[in-house]
Amino acid sequence: MRDARDRFLRNKAAIACMAVLFLIVVFVLVGPQFSQWSNEEIDWDALGDIQTMGAPSLESGHYFGTDELGRDLFARTIQATGTSLLVGLIGSAMALILGTAWGVIAGYVGGRTDNIMMRLVDILLAIPTTLVIILILIIAGRSFVALFVALGAVSWLTMARIVRAQTLALKNREFIEAARAGGVSETMIVFRHILPNLFGVVIVYASLLIPEMILSESFISFLGLGISEPYTSLGALIAQGAGTMAYGTLWQLLFPLFFYVAIILTMFFIGDGLRDALDPKDR
Amino acid sequence: MLKTRKTFLLALVSSSLLIGTASASSKVPDGVKLAEDQTFVYRVLDEHSSVDPQVVEDVTGSEVVRDLFEGLMNQDSDGNLVPGVATGYTVNDDNTVYTFTLRDNAKWSNGDAVTAQDFVYGWQRAVDPELASPYQWFMELMSIRNAAEIIKGEKAKEELAVKAIDDLTFEVTLTAPLPYFAQMTTQSTTYPAPRAVIEKHGDKWTRPENIVSNGAYILTEHVPNERSVRERNVQYWDNDNTILDKTVALVINDENVALTRFLAGELDRTEVPAGQFPRLQKEYPGVAISFPRLCNYYYTFNLSDSGPEAFKDVRVRQALALAVDRKIISEKVLAGGQPEAYTFTPEAVAGFTPPVTEMATMSQADRDAKAKQLLAEAGYDKSNPLSFEMIYNTSESHKKVAVAMSQMWKQKLGTQISLANMEWKVFLETRGNQDFELARGAWCGDYNEASTFLDLLDSESGYNDGKYNNAKLDELLDTAKRSTDAADYYRQIEEMLASDMPVIPVYHYAGVYMMDSDVGNWPVNNVQTRWYSKDLYKTAQ
Amino acid sequence: MGPLLVLAMLSYTIRRLLVAIPTILLLIVACFFLMHVAPGGPFTSERPLPEAVLANIEARYGLDQPLWKQLWDYLTNIVVHFDFGPSFKFKDRDVNDIIAHGFPISLTYGFLAFLAASIVGIALGVAAAIRHNTWIDYFAVCLGVAAQALPNFIMGPILILTFTLWLGLLPGGGWNGGQWQYLVMPVIALSTSYMGSIARITRSSMLEILHSNFIRTARAKGLPEYLIIWRHALKPTLLPVISYLGPVFVYVLTGSVFVDIYFSTGGLGQSYVSSALSRDYAVLLGVTILYGALTVIVNLLTDLAYAWFDPKIRY
Repeated sequence: MRDARDRFLRNKAAIACMAVLFLIVVFVLVGPQFSQWSNEEIDWDALGDIQTMGAPSLESGHYFGTDELGRDLFARTIQATGTSLLVGLIGSAMALILGTAWGVIAGYVGGRTDNIMMRLVDILLAIPTTLVIILILIIAGRSFVALFVALGAVSWLTMARIVRAQTLALKNREFIEAARAGGVSETMIVFRHILPNLFGVVIVYASLLIPEMILSESFISFLGLGISEPYTSLGALIAQGAGTMAYGTLWQLLFPLFFYVAIILTMFFIGDGLRDALDPKDR
Repeated sequence: MLKTRKTFLLALVSSSLLIGTASASSKVPDGVKLAEDQTFVYRVLDEHSSVDPQVVEDVTGSEVVRDLFEGLMNQDSDGNLVPGVATGYTVNDDNTVYTFTLRDNAKWSNGDAVTAQDFVYGWQRAVDPELASPYQWFMELMSIRNAAEIIKGEKAKEELAVKAIDDLTFEVTLTAPLPYFAQMTTQSTTYPAPRAVIEKHGDKWTRPENIVSNGAYILTEHVPNERSVRERNVQYWDNDNTILDKTVALVINDENVALTRFLAGELDRTEVPAGQFPRLQKEYPGVAISFPRLCNYYYTFNLSDSGPEAFKDVRVRQALALAVDRKIISEKVLAGGQPEAYTFTPEAVAGFTPPVTEMATMSQADRDAKAKQLLAEAGYDKSNPLSFEMIYNTSESHKKVAVAMSQMWKQKLGTQISLANMEWKVFLETRGNQDFELARGAWCGDYNEASTFLDLLDSESGYNDGKYNNAKLDELLDTAKRSTDAADYYRQIEEMLASDMPVIPVYHYAGVYMMDSDVGNWPVNNVQTRWYSKDLYKTAQ
Repeated sequence: MGPLLVLAMLSYTIRRLLVAIPTILLLIVACFFLMHVAPGGPFTSERPLPEAVLANIEARYGLDQPLWKQLWDYLTNIVVHFDFGPSFKFKDRDVNDIIAHGFPISLTYGFLAFLAASIVGIALGVAAAIRHNTWIDYFAVCLGVAAQALPNFIMGPILILTFTLWLGLLPGGGWNGGQWQYLVMPVIALSTSYMGSIARITRSSMLEILHSNFIRTARAKGLPEYLIIWRHALKPTLLPVISYLGPVFVYVLTGSVFVDIYFSTGGLGQSYVSSALSRDYAVLLGVTILYGALTVIVNLLTDLAYAWFDPKIRY
């Protein structure tokens, strides 16, 4: 573990990205203090003439300009960034928990249980993710919870496969055999020996999942199935900004896009850094 | 316009004969030079559902069908009735038997004559339970004798009270007089159908390679989700006066992309995205156009038992209706020339003069003050704020209106509102099950008469999702249907709605288009936007 | 490859295909019930249909039958007549027509985008790895990461504005039987983000191989660099890339809804999403089956390709 930390700390790109991500989180937490508008308040004066009155300006208090409805883009971007980060974190956390549990059980129990469980994963993998997401959002309505469930539902499958493969490899290793011979209960073996040894692989994969979750959320927003007003996400803001990019209100696209790209990029490099640090054999 | 309906009908019969002789040259003003290439290209949002006249149910499909087929009557550019296949009609004394005289030169695109039997076949098809047209209800609404029974499966379709007296005489018998019956024959469900072709090709008869039609155009190409092309039908009786050679509908799902393609010169017509009209009007004067349409936009309170207690208090409903600043919504949010709505029925409806309600005459400041006062009287204030959920179906412009309204209420009245947008089918299901508090609603008139709107609030109506129940209103509606001059009743109903406020009228729709300046004769005055390619032309530039 | 190996792979393929049948069957059943759980039906509309009319329509499409009966009829129709049912929304076309029209389109631009993404991505990744820590490397990394980080749906409007409105070079949309002018923008829009990730994977894989012992040995033997890369490094480099390409191929075909929406290409992506929204059950099921079968086949092909590239793996 110590080695891993050292290796990670030596990775300059990953450390720089950690710093950037930290700044973004600080921005989300502290930013509202500097905002002169709330994320849902309409600036009735700007509403009629977004192109000039809604442009970014210090004077009007709209640092990032306003959206199509005269709502402050600074406040909305902060709120959206928070949402997108949460979506990434919770979505991949769900994948992590479900996928690990499924994979460990299948891999450790083995035999017919393994067969059935993994066959189910194969079937679910064959269902197009678009369909699963759309159906869940249609059935469950549009809320944060539904969004997390939808994203978690499509992403735990690969995690389960990876964890199962690792568990299979681990379960016949000498130290497990030794523990078993020493009379340690099966549950204990899983918790004491298998799970800690899976940690590296699982964390690496989960960190790579975060940007994927954020990308998927933006696709959902593009289809108009994202979260409800007045809340918003970076994907939703970008989808709106992309629609109006030719109408002289380019800031509506650029500000959210900047934060979006920044988050995705830092996540990529942090994920790569984690992989290099935790899983040196893989290189 | 519809002062006394009987004289109106009589006038129509005589005047229609006159219009029938008008030639195409009257379509093109003197001195206008026509373009070499007479092709009209327009954008449609979505693929049409069908081009089978009896089956089609969407606006996009109806536009195509109106060009491919021709019914008994057509509409002119002002929405008035003009002859189609029929040159005119007569009505018996108690207004229940209509006899249409067909022109003798109407032909199908394969050269066969259009006869009264083709109409009989088409109308029987429309009510046939086996075809299961989603527009069967329209035939029922037309009050044709036996239609309802046939749809229920109690009688055979041959028993529909339509008759071909001879090849050129078509007779319909109604169960009760229906003042706007003739207007209804412009609906595509009532168009003739080519029996031999349908029986030969079955479901596939509407494919370009099979279709035979009697309108000014024939379908020559259809690439699903991409384009459909209709070209001049040389067999059409009025072909000599048809100017446009070809009409192309391009499917473009995204309105912003459509606008880009319009600006790149690929389209002659597209819709203007919400909020962009003022800018486009400045940059492209005469190209960005707006005209009223026969549709309303409202929010309905859930007044059923499952609805919130607060909305059962008329003061609350009044306060919410008053605090909506319609000027901002129509001028700043949508900004497409949509008329502000203080009545349920759009002002554009023929023969309808909206009552001057108290709310319409007040200034917005007065309205806000009154709203605050009413809400306070009803017992809601800062410590006990009114809170509710409003639902709308997912769409950019519905979202804008909902957000703006909720902010108005929040800022002026301190109400707490949660917004929920739902995917279309879920929305309909939720609203239809009275599983809501405040819901968006909109309606486009089936025909140009106030009852097509006001019927929605009848306590028996299947569309009355707010479950507004007012016996007096039901009675007035009933009386209006049987009267010769209903305008006064409609005004009374609107006054009743204004004081009872079961729904909040927000605005009335407008058609907001980018229309290439070389397109001539677009029917901006036809509030139902019933346009026919045969009436359009392209000028040389 | 010896005849024994071919035989082994053949029997492996057959076994996998046999397993695919129950997989797809279960997929159909799962989707069928999921679909019916969704609120609203195909004929829910703004204007609620009178009961008698609704009854007629449901009778016509067999929707008045119990669910298990509908499912059974659906399955037997597929097996016996290869008929995937009618579309409830598009009255004059059935599911077979819709797929026969849309799938070749999706396949054409999807395959081209897949080729473009693979070729450019691998080339970029290899170049970056060979010229590690030079400007070529930095350029390739930046390009790859940027392409991957931009949400791919914003490419649509950007391309149309640039090529159609400002430059006037390409038509703004449509398919026209797949002429090249109509293909350029869909292919670019669809391939960029995958190109980025392929480049990244190729680069890190290549770097790893170049530092491995057997390459050092080859270098020590004095082989020219291009030969080392071509003969020895490339094949093992592509192993992780291939396992990534399989899913990408499926995504390119199924996730192409934004291409259809922006470029009016008429592919299946848009039909798929709109059939889910309009509850056009048979269309939704038909396309799901197609995509499911495609996933199964592509996964199999990926595994076979893997075996070909890495002789150590045996079945």
